[in-house]
Amino acid sequence: MKDFILDVNDLHTSFFTPAGEVRAVNGVSFKLAKGKVLGIVGESGSGKSVTAYSILRILDNPGRITQGQILFKGQDITKFSKSEMRKFRGSRISIIFQDPMTSLNPVYTVGNQLTEAIRLHTDRNRSEAWERAAEMLTLVGVNEPLKRLKQYPHELSGGMRQRVMIAMALACEPDILIADEPTTALDVTIQAQILELMQELQKKLGMSIIIITHDLGVIADMCDEIIVMYAGRVCERGTADEIFYNPCHEYTKGLLKSIPSIVGKRERLVPISGTPIDLLNMPKGCAFCERCDSAMKICLTETPEEIRMNHDHLAACWMNVAEVYKSERAGENAPAAAEVKEAEDE
Amino acid sequence: MWRYVAKRVLLAIFTVFIIITITFFVMNAVPGGPFASEKAPSAEVKAVLEARFNLDKPLGQQYLLYMKNLLKGDFGVSMKSGRDIGQTLASRFKVSAALGGMAAVVAIVFGLIFGSIAALTRNRWPDRVIIFITTLFVSVPSFVLATILMLIFCLRLKWFPVWTSGNPSYFLPVIALAMYPMSYITRLTKSSMLDALGQDYIRTARSKGVRESKIVFKHALRNALIPVVTYVGPMVAYILTGSLVVETVFTIGGLGREFVASIQERDYSLIMGTTIFLAVLMVIAMLISDLIYKVIDPRIDFK
Amino acid sequence: MYDPNIIPKKQLLSLQLDVSKFYAASDEEKEQHVQIRESTTFFKDGITRLSKNPLAVISIVVLLLLVVVIIFAPMIVPYGYEEIIKVNGKRDRTMSNLRPLEYSELEQEAMAAGEEVFPHLFGTDNLGRDYFVRVIYGTRVSLVVGLFASLIVLIIGLLYGSIAGYVGGTVDLIMMRFVDIIYSLPDTLMVILLSVVLGEVLTPLIEGTALAKIGTNMISLFIVFGLLYWVGMARLVRGQILTIKNNDYVLAAKALGAKSGRIIRKHILPNCMSVIFISTALQVPSAIFTESFLSFIGLGVQAPMPSLGSLASSARGGLENYPYKLLFPAIAICLIVLSFNLLGDGLRDAFDPKLRR
Repeated sequence: MKDFILDVNDLHTSFFTPAGEVRAVNGVSFKLAKGKVLGIVGESGSGKSVTAYSILRILDNPGRITQGQILFKGQDITKFSKSEMRKFRGSRISIIFQDPMTSLNPVYTVGNQLTEAIRLHTDRNRSEAWERAAEMLTLVGVNEPLKRLKQYPHELSGGMRQRVMIAMALACEPDILIADEPTTALDVTIQAQILELMQELQKKLGMSIIIITHDLGVIADMCDEIIVMYAGRVCERGTADEIFYNPCHEYTKGLLKSIPSIVGKRERLVPISGTPIDLLNMPKGCAFCERCDSAMKICLTETPEEIRMNHDHLAACWMNVAEVYKSERAGENAPAAAEVKEAEDE
Repeated sequence: MWRYVAKRVLLAIFTVFIIITITFFVMNAVPGGPFASEKAPSAEVKAVLEARFNLDKPLGQQYLLYMKNLLKGDFGVSMKSGRDIGQTLASRFKVSAALGGMAAVVAIVFGLIFGSIAALTRNRWPDRVIIFITTLFVSVPSFVLATILMLIFCLRLKWFPVWTSGNPSYFLPVIALAMYPMSYITRLTKSSMLDALGQDYIRTARSKGVRESKIVFKHALRNALIPVVTYVGPMVAYILTGSLVVETVFTIGGLGREFVASIQERDYSLIMGTTIFLAVLMVIAMLISDLIYKVIDPRIDFK
Repeated sequence: MYDPNIIPKKQLLSLQLDVSKFYAASDEEKEQHVQIRESTTFFKDGITRLSKNPLAVISIVVLLLLVVVIIFAPMIVPYGYEEIIKVNGKRDRTMSNLRPLEYSELEQEAMAAGEEVFPHLFGTDNLGRDYFVRVIYGTRVSLVVGLFASLIVLIIGLLYGSIAGYVGGTVDLIMMRFVDIIYSLPDTLMVILLSVVLGEVLTPLIEGTALAKIGTNMISLFIVFGLLYWVGMARLVRGQILTIKNNDYVLAAKALGAKSGRIIRKHILPNCMSVIFISTALQVPSAIFTESFLSFIGLGVQAPMPSLGSLASSARGGLENYPYKLLFPAIAICLIVLSFNLLGDGLRDAFDPKLRR
């Protein structure tokens, strides 16, 4: 058994609003190995960001982890006290957010905000922290670092701000970097630059990365493993090749079909019909079935478990069991067939 | 940035100019002249008065003379008492300034404190109490509050003496004057604090491991102050007009009471002088408020 | 690669699956599966939220009650607001400054003789006029002034602001420069100034007309509101229109070929409405404040028409002995203003989309 730097086990997070309990994360599990890149893909509302915030425990007020464990190097951080968590954030696990303009405080200089992180977690004094901040800026590819430190966020371009965010996150050499939609708010050309930067830094510093996005193209290149989320659950997980070339969940298939192609014949776009599920009223069974063209009666009543497709590939969709079950039931021994398709202990 | 300052200052001067002009021409629109309501003076007395107040000259010339005098600091003399208006303004204003200044400080300091408390204890009892009290006081006109305070604490309970210049008791009048702006600032601070605390950069700070207290006092407060600063100008205007009433009720010998008296007596030159004086103060307050705002919010373009 | 969630063999079997479950689900089954929240219009949603706000509901009730009282009370109470009460045609020295529910000597005699005398609910003032009726009339004045003034502000501000906002360009620039200048004038001082002067100017003009009853000061108030107070609303409206105009859904409508009129009607107006409505609701107490303030310093409605402000002012004279003369008008003003403030707050919480959780 390998050593996993992060082990999330059956995480459930809900927001207890006046309107009811919004179940944002419903049983998410995954493991992250040292030095690897994990991609979490899903549409808005799928619970991917909430998962990340749950790990760092920076959920907005009515939100709470209701179940599950998060093991960082073996320690369950859901049990950490507030002050332990504070020491932990920014130094062992860092996060960068989607919109760098609103994620930086407009009334303080870049240098002020960068050194804040540094001085919180290391022993440096003001001038040392300032130097370190300048080092970090150079590392992330910001030119004229000393000048930039004295500037305000609104004086920098979008790409530069995101670099500043990355510098801030990496200043204390964390073990894990979580990137929540890091490129969504940026121009396409800048997107590419930022992603390249992240890959470079990852190789240089050897940290693990969790990258969260709704953009399949972004993660295709970078990730060692991808998990696809919908309605707070993991639909499918596997390597990039497996997910892209052999999707086994109807949702993933729908996502891939909806990507417009810039080569080949121009066809009508094929979106996934329907609207995202209302997390206040989670139905029984598969969360996706209402929008699924291949929905079966069983999908309405039983939540699919994750079924192993392949060595690295699991999908939680009854379709994968359907054919086998039908043919088996037609004549042969049901238990034997089920055996073949069930998961096995490694 | 200096271009911006210059532009605002010029605009302020222009506004003052317009105010003086409006005031002058409005005052002189009174039919029959300022002495019309007096017992008709004899022709010679009338002539002397008219000469003294330049009333025998054409209106345009009167206006220019008035402006000239103003620039010299000469506000003319009161039509009823004959005293120099400039002096009256100066001596009375000292009292009003003290009263207004204290009220402003009380309003700002306590407004910020209570507003922050309300924001931080949202939906718990301190918040509810504060909101209750401030909603109440925002609905009570200053003259009602002043009179009631006077009644209860001055006359009935006799905790505070009636104000005289020899024995100035500022406590009650300051409270009467400060309650409305304080309540307003409290509510404003609460909402802008909550607004700031909901911003993304707070989440970033938290994700860096910053302590809650630092998040509130360093990251949120500075941003929350911005809307409050813009209120300082209107607050000064409120305090100046509120002082008319508060001084009248508490019989304080300040500029406000003087102004009210001049209105009731139709002492036109005094009305004019006081109006201009107060208006200029308000314009200056607005100007300062605008400038401070632009200074503390670095996002603003200095166009 | 690692341990996934596994399904123990038993579990799958124990689900007792039968093959029919693997047949496709029909559309109706899928629809029933998920409960969708009923969609409502913005307006209905807002009203629902408002009705759940107890303070706002109470304020509405209070205001309605108040309106009912001020309409019907003068019909029930047999005294006029300017009427110096005589008993059987005789003037009564003891009629002045009666406490609430007290009777004057002559009235007591009359009651002893079997006559019915309507009680003085709030007592009488120093001239022997029934105070209750005066407070009622004062309330009428305050409410009417408040509503009218807000209406003036609304109409002028709305027109001005929407033209500036919709037309844009140089027209907008000039219009807003003008607004900036007016905005920087100190309004209360201007009101005072104009009241003083217009008093002299207008008195001969309106002699004998209905306007004479409310007096020149009130007219000055309305004039000044019309001249100065609308700028806040104009700015608000213009800002709203500019924001909305730049929103993508307007662009989308234009791209679909919608004409200007339709865009204004269907997209721009409904989105401004809530903000304008709220702002107007909060303008009323502000106007009432100004009116009572002016009345207090002697620039309010013409005597003998009472105003809550002037009643409070004259109550100062006998404050130690007759505190009720202050309390009744004071409570009336506070009640009105508080109700409007709470209502305005409630409206804002219910209709302002930015505050939605």
